[in-house]
Amino acid sequence: MTEKVKLLHHVEAINWNRIQDEKDVEVWNRLVNNFWLPEKVPLSNDVQSWATLTPAEQEMTMRVFTGLTLLDTVQGTVGAVSLIPDALTPHEEAVYTNIAFMESVHAKSYSSIFSTLCSTKEIDEAFRWSTENENLQKKAQIIVDYYVGDDPLKKRVASTLLESFLFYSGFYLPMYWSSRAKLTNTADLIRLIIRDEAVHGYYIGYKFQKGLEQVDEARRQELKDYTYELLYELYDNEVQYTHDLYDGVGLAEDVKKFLHYNANKALMNLGYEAMFPSTVTDVNPAILSALSPNADENHDFFSGSGSSYVIGKAVNTEDEDWDF
Amino acid sequence: MTALLEAGGTVEHGSGNAPGSSTSASLIYFSSASEYTHRFVRKLGLEAARVPLYTQDETIYAQRPYVLVVPTYGGESGKNSIPRQVLKFLKHEGNRAMLKGVIGAGNTNFGTTYCLAADKIAAKCGVPHLYRFELMGTAEDVVRVKEGLEEFWKRQLKNQQ
Repeated sequence: MTEKVKLLHHVEAINWNRIQDEKDVEVWNRLVNNFWLPEKVPLSNDVQSWATLTPAEQEMTMRVFTGLTLLDTVQGTVGAVSLIPDALTPHEEAVYTNIAFMESVHAKSYSSIFSTLCSTKEIDEAFRWSTENENLQKKAQIIVDYYVGDDPLKKRVASTLLESFLFYSGFYLPMYWSSRAKLTNTADLIRLIIRDEAVHGYYIGYKFQKGLEQVDEARRQELKDYTYELLYELYDNEVQYTHDLYDGVGLAEDVKKFLHYNANKALMNLGYEAMFPSTVTDVNPAILSALSPNADENHDFFSGSGSSYVIGKAVNTEDEDWDF
Repeated sequence: MTALLEAGGTVEHGSGNAPGSSTSASLIYFSSASEYTHRFVRKLGLEAARVPLYTQDETIYAQRPYVLVVPTYGGESGKNSIPRQVLKFLKHEGNRAMLKGVIGAGNTNFGTTYCLAADKIAAKCGVPHLYRFELMGTAEDVVRVKEGLEEFWKRQLKNQQ
């Protein structure tokens, strides 16, 4: 990369006692409360499980994780940092520094997984694959190009699509293993990353929409067209990348449904309507359940048992002010 | 691939119904400044009241039975998952008495806390958790909730007779 990411020209002391946008405080607190480190996850409990995978499955898994490492590296060292100069409030700048740091934690987590499960030689081979895979390099390059560009709103679109869409061809696999009771500690770690990416995508998408409020209708239309075009471009590449990774084990079609489902969510994070119809977003229930254990519970009004519906079951309520 | 491009556009931003006001809407919701739940409710095209955005404002008062739509923003390990504004609204006994069902909004990325606020409210108030959707809901969610609510109120009415 030859262009330099621009830095702030002018800085004022940040005053957290004078808040312009409450969302900054809310998200800062959420991120701080969600903070975690890979050392807290007992990855070594997966060593036995790793040994039950075939060499081809192990290779695929390592490739998936080096691909995710690359994206987290981009987001940590370029992406989140490049959003700082165009922040609308000083607190937004602070939130991006938090996001950037956590992306670096994510990138490092994959190395923790590797060093726990694999040999140095295998690790080096997987990293070499990541630098040589065209589709992986292409997706990183598309995003980096927008980050070094000079359109602040387009940067936020690219960043939200990265956080909310581009990771998911990779996230699929640990959810798949988890649904088959394999690499379950690794899956726990990935779920922490998935949770973080959801907050990041939500927040950057929100700031994109705040930016939209300040521009005219023609510019809004331009950005909307741009968003769908970029998504199509990334989607096409993502489909090929998915085939590169998953054809060997016959999972590509299942992964694509997961891509469609997450592309819709990425669009919604930007305030746009979902694009893929429900006929192609029917994610394998085992994957959805590995993502969120209560996602597949029956919550569709009266479906199932005639006139009855499920009354909420007792849940521990730890919330304050909940006594009435 | 069918693209549904009639999208988003702009939403009129609001901070909720006037603090301290009463509402005869049968759908009451909370939505933060990010407006996702607000957009979903708008797509339903039903009369709806919004719980005031600012916790320090007086809440609103339900005059007739209603269903509550409440988002969960991935509370830290499940704590404090119910928005303060919604707690304040539900602390009012009359509002609890009129609550007939809950619809949850959320994101499956939050794992075990997906739609947790709606789960908690449903359990505490002994009402059904009728439906869950993610972010601002898909076109299919909108149809299902519209039809579901219509049927739900029909059955409520029938049970009263």
